[in-house]
Amino acid sequence: MAEFIVDKDGIKRYLVTITVNGIKYTKMVKANSLLVNFLREDLDLTGTKKACEQGDCGACTVLLDGKPVNSCMVLTVSVDGREVTTVEGLASNGKLDILQEKFIEHSAPQCGYCAPGILMSAKALLMRNPNPTELEVREAIAGNLCRCTGYVHYVQAILDAAAANQERKDG
Amino acid sequence: MAKEFSYLNFNRNKEYSYIGKSLKRTDILDKVTGRGKFTADLKFSNMLYGKLIRSTEAHARIIKIDTSEAEKLPGVRAIITAKDVPSIKYGLSPARYDETIFCIDKVRYYGDKIGAICAVDEETLYKALKLIKVEYEVLPAVFTPAEAAKEGAPQIFEEYPGNINTEIHLEFGDVEKAKKEAYYIRTDRLQGQRTVHGFIEPHCSIAYWEGKRVTIHSAHQSAHYLQHHIARIFNMKEGDVRVILPYIGAGFGGKLDVSGLDVAAVALSKITGQPVKMFFDLEEVWYNGRARHGMDMKYTTGVTKEGKILFVESEIILDGGAYTGLGVASSYYAGALLTVLYDFDNYRFDAYRYVTNLPPCGAQRGHGQPHPRYAFESHLDHIAEDLGIDPIDIRLLNARRANTVTPNGYEVKAYYLKEANEMARDVSGWKEKKGKLPKGRGIGVGNGGFVTGAGYCMYRTDLPHSIAMIKVYDDGTHAVVYTNAVDIGQGSDTVLTQMAAQAMGYPYEDITICTRDTDLSTLDFGAYASRQTLMAGWAVKRAGEDVKRKILAQAAEMLKVKEDGGYRFGKLTPEELECEEGIVYVKQEPAVNITFAEVARAYFVKHGVLIGRGYYHPGKLGGTHKGAAVGTSPAYSSATQIAEVEVDMETGLTKVVGTWDVHDSGFVVNPQLLHGQVHGAFSMGIGETIWEKVIFDEKGRVLNGNFAEYRLPTALDMPYVESLVVDTFEPNGPWGVKEVGEGATTPTLGCVANAVYDAIGVRISELPLTPEKIWRALKEAEGAKEKGGK
Repeated sequence: MAEFIVDKDGIKRYLVTITVNGIKYTKMVKANSLLVNFLREDLDLTGTKKACEQGDCGACTVLLDGKPVNSCMVLTVSVDGREVTTVEGLASNGKLDILQEKFIEHSAPQCGYCAPGILMSAKALLMRNPNPTELEVREAIAGNLCRCTGYVHYVQAILDAAAANQERKDG
Repeated sequence: MAKEFSYLNFNRNKEYSYIGKSLKRTDILDKVTGRGKFTADLKFSNMLYGKLIRSTEAHARIIKIDTSEAEKLPGVRAIITAKDVPSIKYGLSPARYDETIFCIDKVRYYGDKIGAICAVDEETLYKALKLIKVEYEVLPAVFTPAEAAKEGAPQIFEEYPGNINTEIHLEFGDVEKAKKEAYYIRTDRLQGQRTVHGFIEPHCSIAYWEGKRVTIHSAHQSAHYLQHHIARIFNMKEGDVRVILPYIGAGFGGKLDVSGLDVAAVALSKITGQPVKMFFDLEEVWYNGRARHGMDMKYTTGVTKEGKILFVESEIILDGGAYTGLGVASSYYAGALLTVLYDFDNYRFDAYRYVTNLPPCGAQRGHGQPHPRYAFESHLDHIAEDLGIDPIDIRLLNARRANTVTPNGYEVKAYYLKEANEMARDVSGWKEKKGKLPKGRGIGVGNGGFVTGAGYCMYRTDLPHSIAMIKVYDDGTHAVVYTNAVDIGQGSDTVLTQMAAQAMGYPYEDITICTRDTDLSTLDFGAYASRQTLMAGWAVKRAGEDVKRKILAQAAEMLKVKEDGGYRFGKLTPEELECEEGIVYVKQEPAVNITFAEVARAYFVKHGVLIGRGYYHPGKLGGTHKGAAVGTSPAYSSATQIAEVEVDMETGLTKVVGTWDVHDSGFVVNPQLLHGQVHGAFSMGIGETIWEKVIFDEKGRVLNGNFAEYRLPTALDMPYVESLVVDTFEPNGPWGVKEVGEGATTPTLGCVANAVYDAIGVRISELPLTPEKIWRALKEAEGAKEKGGK
């Protein structure tokens, strides 16, 4: 358990060190701090969206040690010492992730509110299964609700990204 | 004999530089990197956080609001109720302005707005909310139109006796005469449920004052209407209200009303002198309502032996919820557009919209259409079955044709529903499937369509519907399109940028679009009634052409054709020039050319800033009867959808396995975005047909105000979708465009319901078609059969 201090009002604040998108942050957080709020409020990483706040919609999906989680259901203190990747961490050195490229090519997002969450779920899928079937893609993003797209272009884009990854490997 | 003028296959072989192409969305990089800011992502220095104080009774008199305990809580900055704000009534239908910022004396639904509170952080805010005590005198409540209509029922508004909010009685042609001529008459009654829009981003508004001016950032579908209403409510000049709409996490009609957050943020930031952010949680989105009305629809239709419709009588009862919002328009829309779809002369339409003690209903994608389309398309299938006609054949026989006028006064130009039916029939394998699928599997068809923008502003005004401006940079290397068209995800920013590029003859990638800011950009009524592509499109096209006109005139002074060029020596006229993709050239001799940028720079040096201006007003449309304005539009889309379903006969679980949409959308500016609209429409329509329904308890509390118990379709629920278009040209649209976004939702409920009927052989008359209802209907049918057998 993380170390804590108790303030004058008797509220505990925990010292956490969390690596987000490769950068180590050390902060004091309350016990009830949620990861989604920690990212959005404390780190100003607003790419992670907040909607249902009870783990139903997937808009706040981030990777926790490489696995997709609803960050609205994760207490910040429980992430102490661990690694988080958000949508802002997908691109590296100014180069977009292949998923982002394919999302662009297919015009996958419309309003785009669900897009960061879907990107992170898709990223997790391709990390554990580089060559998924269409059903596996649908299963992987089944926890991410989207009202605009019927998921059609999202599914195509993710399959396309997987194919492009394979080609690169083979090539 | 004069040949009927056809707008069919008009665009074939036509190649444009920037339209008719799936160019990259203008906003896409923002949306895949997380960089794009939605309202809730914005932060301002010294910002406070606010919530509405909501009623915990469905119908009650407010005796006392005690905020004293909450006020004592450190961190609470202000608490306001009706006494602290203007008491002016507002709404969206001017004839029925019946809402106030906060309830005065009485609450009319569980969740009604009593006041607002702001604090230094969210935690304090929620603590303080719990300390506010409201004392009520509880009044009896009504939760259904049937209860509201009962004699002696509690009256929710003084101004709506009998709780009737809107009553419509219209007749066109002679229904009684047609009844006598009909070979076959049938009546069906079906019910559509109350739903929610289901956008993922909850409403949010941030307001702050600078002197006498207020700025509001909001998740809203129309910068103009929000500005208009805020100014009206606070008795301010429109010029003193600046509305900025950041990226919007979709709307579907649910972000068009004044949500209460906007007005509360304005009032609270005035009092505190600090920016105030007001926000809904997801359950509050359900309480805000403004979504699809529950409707009870009765249709009686008479046809000839061949199935030609002679008359239709339609009676629709709408559950309006507590206030009007857009409900008057919803009520008219529920009956208005049937005559566009099918060609018949005699039509009677009666409607009653009741107020009830539930959250108010309003517009949801396809405004007022999807339920009546579902009911009529089901009804039409029964008529076809009774007469032994194929469902598609009866639709082909009755489909309206181009260049006609409906009995209720709508002028229909390009209209190719018949062709859409034929194409959908052929691509879906209808002929091989209909009547030949095994039990539990079925195929169904549904027709629909929509207006391409409403013919009239929501309030009475002589303002144009859309204005655009294009500014070219000093050195001609970049251009900015200004319009307050609102991209809520449908892609209007992209489509309008494509149109600007095409009209100017200037590279798409060198244009950015400046929208959704009443200070920076130009008037447009916003995203509703599927209006952006046509209405803002006209304004942008004209602005682009204005730029081009100026460029060609300037270029004519700069370009010279060589004497040995064989053309002509000396000064050219603008008519001899063309501009495409950033190059101005002599039409007769394209080798003689100059870049747009050079010409634009020369123009700037000589005249100052190069600006193009565009204007659009649809003119006077429609008939003179009461309510004639609703349903008018410069252009009507049409669409046929076919769905194939599989129903588990043991459990009643329905899976949609295949869907086909053929749209008559006029010229398609961006095919990828058009198909995206159709995909989303299918998803919403399938959800509404099978799972979705807002459920209340006996106190009028929402029981499923979340995405776990209100079931949106997931990626696993979505079937194969094929989206196709009929190649048509709309003479009233820029480059021949028509709408797609809302029209695509209107056939879905009917086609899926018809497919379920085809699969199980029993009609379930009430949406949604849940496994339970299907299971019960199957059991009943089985029971009836056994009984009959004995």
